[in-house]
Amino acid sequence: MSKPGKICVWIMACILFVAGSAAAAETVIVKGSTTVLPIAQAAAEAFIKKNPQINVSLSGGGSGDGVKALIDKTTDIANSSREMKKEEIALAKSRGVKPVEHRVAIDAIVPVVHPSNPVQDLTLEQLSLVYQGKISNWKELGGADKRITVISRDTSSGTYEAWSQKVLHNAKVTPRAQLQASNGAIVQTVSRNRYAVGYIGIGYLNRSVKPLKVNGVEASPRTALSGKFPVARPLYMFTDEKPKKAAADFIRFILSPEGRKIIEKTGFVPLK
Amino acid sequence: MTRSFREKLIRKAFFGFAAVSIIFLLLIILFLFREALPTFQFVSIGRFIFGMEWYPTYEPPEFGIWPLIVGSLVVTSFSTLIAVPLGVLSAIYISEIAPPAVKEILKPAIELLAGLPSVVLGFFGMVVLAPWLQDTFDLPTGLNIVNASIMLAVMAIPTISSISEDALYSVPREFKEASYALGATRHETIVKVIVPAALSGISTAVILGMARAIGETMVVLMVAGGAAAVPESIFDSVRPMPASIAAEMGEAPFRSNHYHALFATGVVLLVLTLAFNFIADYVSHKFRETGSATL
Repeated sequence: MSKPGKICVWIMACILFVAGSAAAAETVIVKGSTTVLPIAQAAAEAFIKKNPQINVSLSGGGSGDGVKALIDKTTDIANSSREMKKEEIALAKSRGVKPVEHRVAIDAIVPVVHPSNPVQDLTLEQLSLVYQGKISNWKELGGADKRITVISRDTSSGTYEAWSQKVLHNAKVTPRAQLQASNGAIVQTVSRNRYAVGYIGIGYLNRSVKPLKVNGVEASPRTALSGKFPVARPLYMFTDEKPKKAAADFIRFILSPEGRKIIEKTGFVPLK
Repeated sequence: MTRSFREKLIRKAFFGFAAVSIIFLLLIILFLFREALPTFQFVSIGRFIFGMEWYPTYEPPEFGIWPLIVGSLVVTSFSTLIAVPLGVLSAIYISEIAPPAVKEILKPAIELLAGLPSVVLGFFGMVVLAPWLQDTFDLPTGLNIVNASIMLAVMAIPTISSISEDALYSVPREFKEASYALGATRHETIVKVIVPAALSGISTAVILGMARAIGETMVVLMVAGGAAAVPESIFDSVRPMPASIAAEMGEAPFRSNHYHALFATGVVLLVLTLAFNFIADYVSHKFRETGSATL
């Protein structure tokens, strides 16, 4: 499991049924965050079905890589699970690229526990203390008298970054926290451990784990969109100010009602 | 083309092939050190190795890998404790006691164990052993030192067993015959003659088994739990060095401090495995003289 989804996801979505036509197909290159990848992938499949003259070339690599590629003009669209940093924008401008932000969806990061855990609801404060190791027993949260097994993501993950900003306000996660390298691995671990707590993107939620309410608010597309659910973050696609036509069409497609439906199917929350 | 010229050519060609692997090794080591050395511009060697906190992405970051080193050493020693008796005793059984029919089955079976992909072992540890450990001992987590040690032991057993077996086979026949001639039983012969004579080979086997365990990545990434803290009990989670490198390298920004620190962790790991190999080499040379001629 060398972070297969992360290190090099090369999904070439090539269409070849422009039978006989010698005209070179236009290619849209999309690169960046692996969180956004499922959205881009599902959208690209539908998009090239409608526009067979366009190729979409998709790859992962992480938000940083996508942004870097946009700055170097080696990609048309950069997927990112975070905003562009000031230095990145400055660097882009010095290279003659004016990045334009397109919010495509909202991702809620949901704390999850084992289905047998009686705890229903935690405040942000409690979650923060649990992750700092200052609350270490479920008893203190209304559960059984058992040590809490805190499960976190590797420190380089975008989900981790968002969690540490929104929940921990950049305090340090306890070194006793376990580390898992993907959303899927956290679901797997929590579903098999009665005393564990983890956090995952809402798209990864399934029946094997129980989502916790945060500050009394249930995580759902509606609460994430309204901002009531406190641990939500927007997902972005960046293009140059003047993208090529095919790339602009692709972005427009994702933001269209049809694109929103596709985003919803992938488990994320489309923007209105 | 004269015959002697052809001979020369062949010799050179083979030398070239042999040299390729050494060149690769040297290039890799060179690269490793080149990427690792910048680490010590932002953290001293002492603070890097003995630092208790590993927070590479915080502001300000902490680059202390002591908990990771301890994690590696702990799982390696426990796995050795499990693997050595199993590996050595099975080697003794196979080479000295087992009837040929049993040997026919047992030997390939143990060798097959070496062929198990480590990710499969990792799955087994994660999905079967971890929940079982947790339920049986009522633990906060089943992904811990014990789990990782058992899985690493399974990986080290074939190495230890097959090298020990070779060592036992190479004990000269005369030793055994002399022992029986003196009226020793089979048990006495094994314990007092054959095993001591093969001891250098067996020690080499054990050390190489340990080297295999300390460098193993997939298993510890999946089942050790990944807590970057010095463990307080054998049921605590740890994060051995290879797991840390594998989990974090993918997203560490190129040539950042974090990136260099991970390479420096790799150097520490390399030094440890090399140390194991040198010890193995030393042990096997040191005791080699105990041939039949000297007895």
